[in-house]
Amino acid sequence: MWQSCKALLWRDVQLAQRQGGGLGAALAFILAVLVLVPISVGPDLALLQRLAPGLMWLSLLLAVLLTADRMFQQDFEDGSLDLMTMAALPFELVVLTKFLGHWLTVSLPLALIAPPLGLMLNLDVASLPILWLSMFAGSLALSLLAGLGGAVTVGLRRGGLLVSLLIMPLYVPVLIFGVSATTMMMGPQSPVPSLLILVAITLVSLVVAPLASAAALRAYLQ
Amino acid sequence: MQKFANPVVFLKLANAVLPWVWVLTALLFAIGLYGALVSTPPDAVQGEAMRIMYIHVPAAWMGLFVYVLMAGFSAVALVYRHPLADAAAKTAAPLGAMFCFLALATGSIWGKPMWGTWWVWDARLTSMFVLMLLYMGYVAVWNAIDDPHLAAKIARIIALVGVINIPIVKFSVDWWNTLHQPASVFTMKGSKIDPSMLWALLVMALAYTFLFLALHLVSMRSEIAARKLRQLRSNEIGAR
Repeated sequence: MWQSCKALLWRDVQLAQRQGGGLGAALAFILAVLVLVPISVGPDLALLQRLAPGLMWLSLLLAVLLTADRMFQQDFEDGSLDLMTMAALPFELVVLTKFLGHWLTVSLPLALIAPPLGLMLNLDVASLPILWLSMFAGSLALSLLAGLGGAVTVGLRRGGLLVSLLIMPLYVPVLIFGVSATTMMMGPQSPVPSLLILVAITLVSLVVAPLASAAALRAYLQ
Repeated sequence: MQKFANPVVFLKLANAVLPWVWVLTALLFAIGLYGALVSTPPDAVQGEAMRIMYIHVPAAWMGLFVYVLMAGFSAVALVYRHPLADAAAKTAAPLGAMFCFLALATGSIWGKPMWGTWWVWDARLTSMFVLMLLYMGYVAVWNAIDDPHLAAKIARIIALVGVINIPIVKFSVDWWNTLHQPASVFTMKGSKIDPSMLWALLVMALAYTFLFLALHLVSMRSEIAARKLRQLRSNEIGAR
């Protein structure tokens, strides 16, 4: 079982690397947000410093959401997903492995690259470690939930808009606790409770997202 | 229960019950609105403006209640694979979205004199807004997928994931920001609302419930009719 999980994960990572696009496009999106925000709200450094953690989280979240429909689309269209349902591996585990592949190739690199970019928004350097930590924990939840969105709309030709409508409510808690961990750091409170709740949300998604996505994919494959 | 799941039996029952439900709805609204607008005293602090509460609070309750009901129907559909449960969940969604919208709109009108602004990003408003987004997503799924069987399967998943999400959202926005007055009708120490106002509120809540029942029965009836029509059309195409 581990063997086939590892093989699947390796396949997804390699595919993502050789095709490109996913991470690059998402990174370009974050950069676009970084450029457009100071232009739209004005170059006031004090204001930008207040906004920076929230904006970094928001851009990470939207960038991951952008890649949601890529997660299953190709495998669905070329029939690989059909084969995977017939594999000895439980289909839920297949789905979870694909989510992990997405996390490793898109969300995690973004979560590692994004915080330093926040310095362009006058992000406080002292809050960098906590932003890294919260994004590291939250990015897995972002991948899982985006994958759920991708699974639910996999057979639709224009699922993109629907994904954002469906997944936005699920992203609300992740965003709240991700940002609050970072902003707590600036205030007197400890960021630990927020971080722990963020981890809890990630763990809940780790259970719910593969189950729900596998059910949705099975419905589309029938 | 299984007996009523037969569409023919259900339709017979719905047709028999519906006139009475409408009469009861009208009666309850008449009593409730009279109580809300005329006989109950104005609030000591908020004055006459608080009368909008009688419209606002039951709408918010119904917005939540209908989602839970919808998720319940979806769970039944998931377990028993019965198309009628899917139809019930599908037709409940637009009604629930309407209640949510009503709660948000009246809350906004109430908020203007009380808080001095049409909209505040307070915890309850935000979670209500998110709830409306969940409803809209659910409705969008039904509209986006052409095949009704597939749409039903996907919609069930959306409804059930949504119902897990609601308490999490509620908890997180409470943590995030709270300005709204805390719950005052159902508390551990009994109701904090004076009985002279409470009765009108409860009658209004009942009136809303019956209004939902009536509208739900009507839209389920038309949903069943629409399915029959689709069946007939596809049979006709098949016969040609």
